Amino acid sequence: MIKPVILWTDMLIFLLTAVVVMFIFYARSKPHIRAPWQRVFTGKVASASVVVLLAFVLVGLLDSLHFRLPLASNGDNDEIHYAGEVMSALDTLVGPLRTQVEKTYSAPFAAHLFARETIELADGSQIRDYPRLLYGARSLGDAVDGKTRDILLRSLLAFAEMLLASALILLLIAYWLARRHERPVRVLIQDILQDKLTIPWRTVLFMLSLLLLLLLLAINLAGAYHVLGTDKVGQDVFYLTLKSIRTGLVIGTLTTLIMLPFAIFMGIVAGYARGWIDDVVQYIYTTLNSIPGVLLIAAAILMLQVFIANHSDSFETTVERADIRLLFLCIILGITSWTGLCRLLRGESLKLREAEYIQAAVSFGVAHRKIITRHILPNVMHVVLITVVLDFSGLVLAEAVLSYVGVGVDPTMNSWGNMINGARLEMAREPVVWWSLLAAFLFMFILVLAANLFSDAVRDAFDPRTRDR
Amino acid sequence: MFAYIIRRLGYAIPILIGINLLTFYLFFVVNSPDDMARMHLGMKRVTPEAVESWKASHGYDKPLLINSGAESIHKLTDTIFFEKSLKLFVFDFGSSDDGRDISFDIGQRMLPSLAIAIPSLIIGLLVNITFALLMAFFRGTYVDFTGVILCVVLMSVSAMFYIIGGQYLLAKVFRLMPISGFDGGLDALKFIILPVVIGVVSGIGAGSRWYRTFFLEEAGKDYVRTARAKGLAESLVLFRHILRNALIPIVTGVVSLLPLLFMGSLLLESFFAVPGLGSYTIDGIQNQDFAIVRVMVFLGSVLYIIGLIMVDIAYTIVDPRIRLT
Repeated sequence: MIKPVILWTDMLIFLLTAVVVMFIFYARSKPHIRAPWQRVFTGKVASASVVVLLAFVLVGLLDSLHFRLPLASNGDNDEIHYAGEVMSALDTLVGPLRTQVEKTYSAPFAAHLFARETIELADGSQIRDYPRLLYGARSLGDAVDGKTRDILLRSLLAFAEMLLASALILLLIAYWLARRHERPVRVLIQDILQDKLTIPWRTVLFMLSLLLLLLLLAINLAGAYHVLGTDKVGQDVFYLTLKSIRTGLVIGTLTTLIMLPFAIFMGIVAGYARGWIDDVVQYIYTTLNSIPGVLLIAAAILMLQVFIANHSDSFETTVERADIRLLFLCIILGITSWTGLCRLLRGESLKLREAEYIQAAVSFGVAHRKIITRHILPNVMHVVLITVVLDFSGLVLAEAVLSYVGVGVDPTMNSWGNMINGARLEMAREPVVWWSLLAAFLFMFILVLAANLFSDAVRDAFDPRTRDR
Repeated sequence: MFAYIIRRLGYAIPILIGINLLTFYLFFVVNSPDDMARMHLGMKRVTPEAVESWKASHGYDKPLLINSGAESIHKLTDTIFFEKSLKLFVFDFGSSDDGRDISFDIGQRMLPSLAIAIPSLIIGLLVNITFALLMAFFRGTYVDFTGVILCVVLMSVSAMFYIIGGQYLLAKVFRLMPISGFDGGLDALKFIILPVVIGVVSGIGAGSRWYRTFFLEEAGKDYVRTARAKGLAESLVLFRHILRNALIPIVTGVVSLLPLLFMGSLLLESFFAVPGLGSYTIDGIQNQDFAIVRVMVFLGSVLYIIGLIMVDIAYTIVDPRIRLT
């Protein structure tokens, strides 16, 4: 039996996922909530970026299912001992990527190590040459010359598989739409391919095919080669970037969400109640805001390090320790960044409390608590949503900077910040070790770009000021 | 106006006290000076005597808030809170944990920070306004559309990649300038160029897209329509009417940043090995020098508050419609 390990951030991630799913079901029956979302999804750019974001989220969720494998039992006692290493569902899916560790750096698709070493030949003589990789291009044996051909063949296979899979997806979407619109499947296939529907299914399909191609390429190639090379200790860089996705997503989402209830409550109450409550809330956020963010985070993380060092016994595994640090980083980042939202909400509810329908509710004698939850809260939710989505990309980028400064996630945790940090000194090598940086750059860039494009669409759809343009 | 400034400065005092209490709590209550000492001496097997002597030599051996062993006023002054926290108010920063005078270091490092920060700010401002104006001039066309997309793409690149990429391309491949370092006097110029260029480029995306919205907002106003109705050329409308009014939020935004320029840029300075306040802060964090971090938190907050006050003053100067009361 495997032993599930539920980390703090896992719990929060699944909680968040559950809330989002529940919200989707709730919103489906409410036309006034559905309308702006429909506006978001009619945009081609927005739909495409949602597909990309969902792919990232899928990887992140798979990587959040943690467990520990049992060790082979020795003797006949019933007690099962578990491996110290915490695995995730993603680890089991990618299988060999995790275990095929080389000695040190190797370039993408390489068959040999990056550095010369002294190799002892069978006859006892020694030469200095690039040693053969243990796993990279292993299927070729010593016939390394056939590498290009092998890669091409595998890529072609992936491409063919992609075409098949895309056709299948097209059929599925068309079939599903046909059932909903009660029209023949053939017509809907035409509509999708000619992009005649409100939701740009053709763009979605194109993005899906692109992602599928990448996935199939990874499946066909990553097992046989190190597609993005290996890092200093010989780990597969592709695997490391995949693992980093979860860290980026956690920082981007949990940070705002942890402080969200607090920011909403403080902001609305300050604007609605005014008077001394308003003064206190304003004082709190001005004070927090005037401390330079990086320094507050640094101070808090330094404190946390001392705390962890003092309580090192209470963490069973390094993963759990790293997870606490990640959660704490989210909280601290949240504390430094909730002030902006709080200020916005205060202004918004200051405006709303003078609105006629609120005045009417007050004169009817509706309780303040009810006015806030029934009348003000639903009318400021668009501000909250826009802020959450806008903050996401900034937080993902901030993680890298904080890790560089040394106050980011735990050094043992896979994150783009740590990858960049580990790789940046290698830029001075000759020839340059560029693949770790490139991998972190590409994944981060795609995630942040998709998030930025998506947040623009959300803002345009929800912000009443831009809606009518 | 003068009375207003005095009152605003008065508001700043409770905020600074709050910051001071917060940092005091973080640095001395959440973690005791004992923890700090052990951290510096290495975690394992530290004798209590070593901890005590480290605390004594760094002035952390006093009681936190009230020294019951001392006489009269010294009951309050001979404490960590007075020595380490209250003295920040008179800009007495004391010495760092490795024994250097923090005030002296800050004075030394301010100039290099400014040498990078001021040119980056000015050039960045000019470049961003130019791009934003271009996009606003061609609004609604493909130039505008591509420009916005390009801005989003530029925004999505981490600042670290601009630095690493810039260092690699400009300094290593093309050998146009030294990769990093700093020098006094005119020699500093060759070290400054690269950080400034990278600082400007990394800000183009977010900056020009943001400024573009200011221009577009102004462009939709009545006086602009009137100006067009009079038959003014579009470029004249843009430069004489829209630009001047849109500069109000831009200038005030920049003014709020001015005091913080002293703090320098963390990333740029540490990547380019510029001996400024930004790299000082990073060194403090990485060496776990609590004294430096504490001082920089205080200094940063003071500068931020000064920035807030300067914004209000700047508003009255650039926009005569606003009166401070």
